[in-house]
Amino acid sequence: MAVQNESLLWQAIKEYFESRVATIGLILLAVIVSVALLAPYISPQNPYDLMSIDIMDSKLAPGSKSMDEAVTYVLGTDSQGRDMLSSILYGLRISLGVGVVSTIIALIIGSIIGLWAAYRGGKTDAFIMRTVDLQLSFPAILVALILLAILGKGIDKIILALVIVQWAYYARAIRSNVLVERNKEYVEAAKCLALPQRRIMFGHVLPNCTPELIVISTVKVAGAIALEATLSFLGLGMPITKPSLGLLIANGFKYLQSGYYWISVYPGVALLVLIVCINLVGDRLRDVLNPRLKR
Amino acid sequence: MLAFLIRRITQSAVVLLVMSVLVFVGVFYIGNPIDILIAPDASPAEYARAVRDLGLDKPLWEQYFIFLKGALHGNFGNSFVYNEPALKIILNRLPATLELAFTAMFMAVFLGIPLGMVAGIQHDNWIGRNIMRFSILGFSLPTFWVGLMMIIVFSVHLGWLPSGGRGPTTEFLGMQVSFLSWKGLTYLILPATNLALFKTSLAIRLSRAGVQENLQMDYVKFARAKGLSNTRIIGLHVMKNIMIPVITVLGMELGNLIAFAVVTETIFAWPGMGKLVIDSIGVLDRPIIVAYLLITVTMFIIINLIVDVLYSILDPRVRLGDER
Amino acid sequence: MTTPLLDIQNLKTYFYTRAGVVKAVNGISLTINKGEVIGIVGESGSGKSVTGFSIMGLVDPPGKIAGGSIKFKGRELVGQPESQWRSFRGNEVAMIFQDPMMTLNPVLRIDTQMIEAIRTHEKVSRSEARRRCVEALAMVGIPSPEERIKAYPHQFSGGMRQRVAIATGLLNNPDLIIADEPTTALDVTIQAQILSEMQKLCRKTDMALMWITHDLTVIAGLAHRVAVMYAGTIIEEGPVQEVLDAPLHPYTEGLIGSVPSRNKRGEPLYQIPGMTPSLINLPEGCPFRMRCQRSSDACLEVPPVTVMDDGRKVCCFHPGKQS
Repeated sequence: MAVQNESLLWQAIKEYFESRVATIGLILLAVIVSVALLAPYISPQNPYDLMSIDIMDSKLAPGSKSMDEAVTYVLGTDSQGRDMLSSILYGLRISLGVGVVSTIIALIIGSIIGLWAAYRGGKTDAFIMRTVDLQLSFPAILVALILLAILGKGIDKIILALVIVQWAYYARAIRSNVLVERNKEYVEAAKCLALPQRRIMFGHVLPNCTPELIVISTVKVAGAIALEATLSFLGLGMPITKPSLGLLIANGFKYLQSGYYWISVYPGVALLVLIVCINLVGDRLRDVLNPRLKR
Repeated sequence: MLAFLIRRITQSAVVLLVMSVLVFVGVFYIGNPIDILIAPDASPAEYARAVRDLGLDKPLWEQYFIFLKGALHGNFGNSFVYNEPALKIILNRLPATLELAFTAMFMAVFLGIPLGMVAGIQHDNWIGRNIMRFSILGFSLPTFWVGLMMIIVFSVHLGWLPSGGRGPTTEFLGMQVSFLSWKGLTYLILPATNLALFKTSLAIRLSRAGVQENLQMDYVKFARAKGLSNTRIIGLHVMKNIMIPVITVLGMELGNLIAFAVVTETIFAWPGMGKLVIDSIGVLDRPIIVAYLLITVTMFIIINLIVDVLYSILDPRVRLGDER
Repeated sequence: MTTPLLDIQNLKTYFYTRAGVVKAVNGISLTINKGEVIGIVGESGSGKSVTGFSIMGLVDPPGKIAGGSIKFKGRELVGQPESQWRSFRGNEVAMIFQDPMMTLNPVLRIDTQMIEAIRTHEKVSRSEARRRCVEALAMVGIPSPEERIKAYPHQFSGGMRQRVAIATGLLNNPDLIIADEPTTALDVTIQAQILSEMQKLCRKTDMALMWITHDLTVIAGLAHRVAVMYAGTIIEEGPVQEVLDAPLHPYTEGLIGSVPSRNKRGEPLYQIPGMTPSLINLPEGCPFRMRCQRSSDACLEVPPVTVMDDGRKVCCFHPGKQS
């Protein structure tokens, strides 16, 4: 009689790859992330180095050569003469970085608060949850708008805004997860063994919340990236010196009508692919991990 | 029921108050307002006089109360840019935003819910799968990017639809609306569809999940055991069960739509509140920013309240209470 | 011999899952005659509910009827098109489920749900249909039916809801009602009430009743015949009193023996040793073999249906001696 001896993790991984679409998404995502990380090394030009750009090369169509015939601008140049490919690589780096960092911070803060609420219970819990509900009922963009209007531009301010917008989500997810798990039998069993609270929480309950957290945060990273792009596009987020994909798109917006589409479109495509891949992976993870939870 | 209403209204009032404090502190305290209002080359005497005139020398809490009193009377001060009461300017632009938001909502409900239901029933074949793929796209793509693409395709490339601005308006119920004229509609379609994209995808996903969940339930099996046709089962039994949660979520999202109109209005140069605010943030026209924030938050809270009440009316279990 | 109302021959209903093929119903044969009350008894997982669903054509993927025949009034049901199933369900055969809270749609009124059961099969006016519904409600003992019919399911108590479900089943005067553990979720007094009402109804309308349950005691006062199911097969069948007094199959014996009232005071409760087999990996031969005290090498073969002299049926190589 064949017994399923493989570990649950391996099973989950195998099941993940059963979907062709999700596998492609994961591969693409890996490519994008590596490219973004390696941007300074692999991009043909450093778009922030004012010495390396030539205003004479501005608004060149994709595939054109530079004035001095030295480089070919594979994706064209923008209005300042910067190579689009390099700008996109750097932009990816920033977009991805901001999204991931803000998600991680929000995850940590939100989880701590959520855990605390779940364990203190009573008035503390009620108060925290009211705040969470309030925060969640406000549109993210409004909150971010207010914050950035007050704080101004800057990479740290955007990360702060993104964290403030996201923490409540994690707090609520962790808290409800903990409450559900706490009622399950294995916690009763652990309590009967007189294990200390902290041990039960971190050693037993938290690991069971992990699959769901993974799924949520993956999808939220995409959301954070999209939100940052939107804010940058509106002129509220990243400063000109460190453009994320959103800002790049904004810069090219005014040239759309005149036909210089590549200044906006290519960064847009990059953003699109990034977000879609993350969402594909996240969706697939959810399909794979959730039935496991229910078992 | 009455107790519930009173409780909710009180809560909302508290939230509004807290918001007003936050907004006030944020906008008038952080970042020195004085520097905006007074020319940088003013002499110390002019400076002092301006400070006194604008009441900026009073203690913070006093400034807040002055502000609050003014706000309750609808007076947010004059816009630095337009030199007219901020509230009046915002209210002028409100109908445009509302038109956009409601059109988008309409699309989300009447397109999204049926599509989602179809996806839920036909989840195994290509129709269902493609609807879901479309919804993933609509959900994850940043609205502004889609708007950009729409402009490129429909405006620049195909030349079918205008790329921005609002078309001719006609008078309707005391407001200027554009959907009553064909030309006006052409200007409305792109931005409304853009704004609706996210919500429609949401509606699709919710309806689909609702349908799938309900199809598993015993009452569906019982309905089939009675010999009812599939049309009736889906069209009445399941539909009524998913309507309630879907409509409540979408209703709450209306506030979101109004806020998100900021992006669409910017892209399509739609003359609504959102665009005004973005421009105002750029020039630090604080009265407008404050007025916008408080108006939006108020609308938001009212919408949420209405939706809450609606939910308790629609769900017979909540409305009639459990007799057992 | 008149055509039996329901004639099941060697019915197999399998579920094709990722983990394997679940043989929920593995070759059962059963006949029900007009006006008969038959009890189907078995533990959870014995296949009794799936049998009921199979008769109604309500087996959903990944399950399907994999073989055998179900004849209703001589007409073959297996393989008939969905449109014929639909006119059959709720009309010639009705089914009642276990948990009435979930079987009645919580957001629709009772009258809506009952009237539609009539109008989907017959062209009658709404007022005529409503009249019949009120009549049916009165018949099952719901007070002030004209008023209460306008209510929602959650406004009824559990017992009342089940009566509504029963009334709904009766609306089109079916020849057979399949009741799948209808009283399990109710408390004992209500249960007794409903049982006796069902009995009266069946006698009055000459309707056949298939009562599916895990509770032997319920069957005792209600049914004419009983069929005991285990791991997807009917292992014993016969008139109720005879089966209960003198069980032939060791499983039936064990089942009767484990009823608490049958056990002597102060002694440990009797339990059949072992566990029900997995329906994906059924053991060779007799499904009860691993837990049976009488098992021998012969039991490695699937025991055929043995018809005893008095008409009782059993699937065992070592049927008990009749006392």
